[in-house]
Amino acid sequence: MTTESGADSEAKQPQENKEKGKAKAAAEPVEPENQSELPAAAGHSTPARKEQETQEDDQVSHQSSTSRLSRSPLKGVKIMQCKVTMLDGSDFSVNVEKRAKGHVLFDKVCDHLNLMERDYFGVTYRDVENQKNWIDPNKELKKQIRTGPWNFAFNVKFYPPDPAQLTEDITRYYLCLQLRDDVVSGRLPCSFATHTVLGSYTVQSELGDYDPEELGSDYISELRFAPNQTKELEEKVMELHKTYKAMTPAEAEIHFLENAKKLSMYGVDLHHAKLVGSLNESLAPAEGEDSEGVEIMLGVCSSGLLIYRDRLRINRFAWPKILKISYKRNNFYIKIRPGEFEQFESTIGFKLPNHRAAKRLWKVCVEHHTFFRLVSPEAPPKKFMSLGSKFRYSGRTQAQTRRASSQIQRLAPLFERSASKRYNMSRSLDGAPITESHETLMKDSAADGVSKVIATGDIIAAVTEKKAEEEKAEQEDAQMAAATPEPSTPLRHDTKCSPHVYSSDPLRSELSLPSSPVSSTKVRRRRREGARKRASSVSPAKSSDSCRRRQALDDRKAALLDEQVLLLSARKQRLEQGKRRGGMLFSFSLHLPDLSSYLDEDGYISFPDLSEMRFLPMCAQNFMPIKSPSLIPCFLFIFFFLLSTSFSVPYAISLSFPLALCLCYLEPKAASLTASIAHGYHDHDSSEEEEEETDSEQTDFAFDGDMTATESDADEDSEMPTQDASPPEEMVKHQTNISELKRSFLETGDTSSGLTEWEKRLSSSPARSPRADEPPMIVPLEPEDTQDELPAGEETKGEVEPKLAESTLGWVSSSEKTSAEPQEEAVVATETEAAPAESTGPTSLDVIEVGTKEVPVVHTETKTITYESAEGETNGDVDPGVLLSAQTITSETTSTTTTTHITKMVKGGISETRIEKRIVITGDSDIDHDEALAQAIKEAKEQHPDMSVTKVVVHKETEITPEEGED
Amino acid sequence: MANMCPYGRFTHAVVRGIPETFGKAGGDSRKNGETSVELAKAQRQFGCLTGALRQKVGLQLIEIPSDPELPESWRIEDVAVIQGDTALITRPFKQQRRSEAEAVRKVVSELNLTVVEMGAEEGDSGGATLEGSDVLFTGREFFVGISSHTNHRGAEVLADTFRDFAVSTVPVCGGARLRNICSMGGPNTIIISNSDGAKKTLRMMEQLTDHHYEVLTVPEDSAANCIYIKGPSKHDFLLHRPAEECPDSASAFQKLQDYTLLPTACSEASKLGASLSSLCLLVNRKHTYF
Repeated sequence: MTTESGADSEAKQPQENKEKGKAKAAAEPVEPENQSELPAAAGHSTPARKEQETQEDDQVSHQSSTSRLSRSPLKGVKIMQCKVTMLDGSDFSVNVEKRAKGHVLFDKVCDHLNLMERDYFGVTYRDVENQKNWIDPNKELKKQIRTGPWNFAFNVKFYPPDPAQLTEDITRYYLCLQLRDDVVSGRLPCSFATHTVLGSYTVQSELGDYDPEELGSDYISELRFAPNQTKELEEKVMELHKTYKAMTPAEAEIHFLENAKKLSMYGVDLHHAKLVGSLNESLAPAEGEDSEGVEIMLGVCSSGLLIYRDRLRINRFAWPKILKISYKRNNFYIKIRPGEFEQFESTIGFKLPNHRAAKRLWKVCVEHHTFFRLVSPEAPPKKFMSLGSKFRYSGRTQAQTRRASSQIQRLAPLFERSASKRYNMSRSLDGAPITESHETLMKDSAADGVSKVIATGDIIAAVTEKKAEEEKAEQEDAQMAAATPEPSTPLRHDTKCSPHVYSSDPLRSELSLPSSPVSSTKVRRRRREGARKRASSVSPAKSSDSCRRRQALDDRKAALLDEQVLLLSARKQRLEQGKRRGGMLFSFSLHLPDLSSYLDEDGYISFPDLSEMRFLPMCAQNFMPIKSPSLIPCFLFIFFFLLSTSFSVPYAISLSFPLALCLCYLEPKAASLTASIAHGYHDHDSSEEEEEETDSEQTDFAFDGDMTATESDADEDSEMPTQDASPPEEMVKHQTNISELKRSFLETGDTSSGLTEWEKRLSSSPARSPRADEPPMIVPLEPEDTQDELPAGEETKGEVEPKLAESTLGWVSSSEKTSAEPQEEAVVATETEAAPAESTGPTSLDVIEVGTKEVPVVHTETKTITYESAEGETNGDVDPGVLLSAQTITSETTSTTTTTHITKMVKGGISETRIEKRIVITGDSDIDHDEALAQAIKEAKEQHPDMSVTKVVVHKETEITPEEGED
Repeated sequence: MANMCPYGRFTHAVVRGIPETFGKAGGDSRKNGETSVELAKAQRQFGCLTGALRQKVGLQLIEIPSDPELPESWRIEDVAVIQGDTALITRPFKQQRRSEAEAVRKVVSELNLTVVEMGAEEGDSGGATLEGSDVLFTGREFFVGISSHTNHRGAEVLADTFRDFAVSTVPVCGGARLRNICSMGGPNTIIISNSDGAKKTLRMMEQLTDHHYEVLTVPEDSAANCIYIKGPSKHDFLLHRPAEECPDSASAFQKLQDYTLLPTACSEASKLGASLSSLCLLVNRKHTYF
């Protein structure tokens, strides 16, 4: 839990820090390793604390080394250097424009960390009162930190209640680092037994298996597990550590988190406050004393607001219990829904140390409520002249982020677990312990070429069994192909000489992916070139210089095209595979001008190669999808098309996706026909390739997800309402997506059957014929036609036909009609304030919100009426079905915003279209919402005469208290 | 965490015999004065309870000899709160009861538990009083009843001792002690009396908890205090008051599926405001790290 020190501690802390700061300033620079000079107890510096210290440094010495101001030679834009204290205690310096908004810095930090599930994290700064504040991504950094130094810290903002549901090990690793710090700093109190257990997993994760020869007997005393670490604790930790055999760092971290998450203060953000007025009867009267002015702590967490007096929980308000949160001057108010036996709402007031504290608490509440409770973020108040704060949480909600991370398709990234600070001077000076730990790490992870991947892969098993299988297969494969030179050797060197991988150029790690030295020299040379080009131009996700991410539209589009090329190259990779199944660096791209020549050369020339793969084992030959002759034409078509439409890049983009998807669509089918006996080999194959494709997939994803908002957002939004706040694992799996399918396309294959299957499918899919002259290719360009096409796709016997790309088109028009289908059912509307309760089924809700005035309050379900027909039941969570397509259409008038989500699912052969419409009516005057509702239903019925309305939810939000303005 | 496993696993029970001075404590313990207690019957009932714990449930029983000097020492639950490998020796409200802790302290340290004292009379925890019968541990969190015997300071000490868990305070309205009106009836089940006071306490507990519990309501206060133990063979045992003592509640226990119900009489002790659970401390020495 994170503590925000309030009035009392405020007084003490700065002093402490000042002393520390002085000592530090005198003793050494900000080098983390050197900090062991400080006495063990005091010397432990948590990231947050360190930040304070350094901040103090600045204040004390009146020289701000980190806020140097330099002028970019090119544009005259002022560039500021930010110092960000990372979770491992290291500092990361990054330049941002002086007027950059918060998200720029955050994105840079996340890119630097190679973190994709970033919504749980945030960047903080310390204000003049040394209070920790979250950087608002949508506001300029400069306005937030005001005159303070440009020092920040990277922290966990929303502690996931179930860390096991995180998709990536790397995310869990950073969460672990945060929690270790929470524990050691005392923000997350735990018992001796828990310190022991958590400590033992920390040791396991950092040092690997217990090895008496290497580690000695007091190897543990240089690590920190508890605020007051005793010899006894260290002994117990060692005792436990010895029992963990062959546990990988990732496994140890999972165990760590499984224990930490149960702690009662896990993820609780504490704020000092005093009770105002007489206590509500719902508060437990403590010995019947007068509660006025009692010192309490308010804890904001995923489930609601907790109220502590000393260590005791004296009340708890779950989010559904809270109708409204507001602040006014120093006061913070919550309005409580009347209980079962109460008639009236009650308001409880708390006095915060100052106005800023009250606002900070309010913001944290708004964000936590939105993140954990809502399905999608609330739109910020739109009014032009309004009272009160416009602040709303604008990031993804937990439901959205889970959804998004379920689509992360990259192979678990290689990342270095940096050694934590050591506290034994003599040892850390010569660097021995650090090297030691790194060697240990490497040892358990790099026994052979691929075992680094496997080490983490075993953990992935918890998430996706398939992957694990593949990786096992990969391992076998690696053993089989003993002749293959060890591909990861360069990587190992790399990591060894740079203990902090993420302090080094991320591209380096990218480029040091296993590469086979024996692949065809010609291709390889080109590939290298490509890699260089790519490094310089594309790779938006990884390039540390993420100014590129803000590149102009043209660049983005060029990059998208490049991704297409990457697809091709992935296929080429396959050819390569045929010859030599060693790892191959997969990271190159081409620019548009080169495209045709490239295609000519490789697209066609490599084509005959396909049939010549005699050197492959028989079974492999059979399962190579590239042997399918229709595959390459298909790809070629994409490029021809791109070329022919290069004058109009958006169209090219929107078209290339369906094509890619078409191929993907074919692939699973082909794969399913693969005989079980083939699986072993087939898996080798795919896993191997997976490694190489990571690059492009990731870039792909990052690009789509982070840059082209239209696409990813549409995708998410439209599916969100159909999901429970916590989507079932299986459902998530079923929901195919572009990159997954793309990959499966590239990986799997069954040639013998695939050949025919392939062509059949290509021709049976009207919109996706590979032949350039076929008119349907143009179809996606017109919104109306897109709609027509959707059912057409479904006619192919409910095959999985991913069409996520269509969502791009969905934005074009808001008045599309969906053609009828036997099983279709329509649903009017949307919005899910009461997320868990109402989003149980893929039902939909019609929300008519009537906001009369805008105030800095969170209205939670002020009034919600639900009408639901029995039909809504048919699509319960039991069979999540397979998502066919999803799209979101938004239209706006002055007073209404209509968002339409259309999702198509296939369940047991029956396809079903669901339309969810969210209508938000904003206005000053009192709107007759009954009429509005009737109108909305009528409209919906008119628009979709063959569909039925299954659920209507009216959500009315009025209620206002004038508040002070946002500063 | 290490300590967090479902409620109900116990390996040992610590009890203390009924002394001859049973029921002859200071005036306030017999404040109703209406009933006289039968020593022999109380001892017989005590024997039944310990027999059930040892033979039926299969716990290892540690019996501390009775001490005539300590007429209430049989209410052993009050003097310690044990969770996982930690035993908090409490400070009972009544001064004369505080010496009861000595023998218990010895036993729990022999069981290799970490003994935590509530501290000196003066100092931080000065004025803190806490009795085990005001503490309900559910396996996931603690509820401390703020009663005439337990105060806020006492609850704070408890919270400080068992840091892994949320410790919530609830008012005790109905009975004199929290455990008089409720007890655990399974890893996830709270048995609670149907009285108005108990309902109020339950509402408060429901508001304060992050978890969801099944609630089994019984019409009589006295029936709400049971002892639930998951035996070594993972079988559910529930010691409860027999039908003759709580006629209306007998049927409620039948709702607990696949339980072995062990009706255990406790009429004499209950005349003194105690109940079944007051007579024993349950310990799990097999707590495992995972």
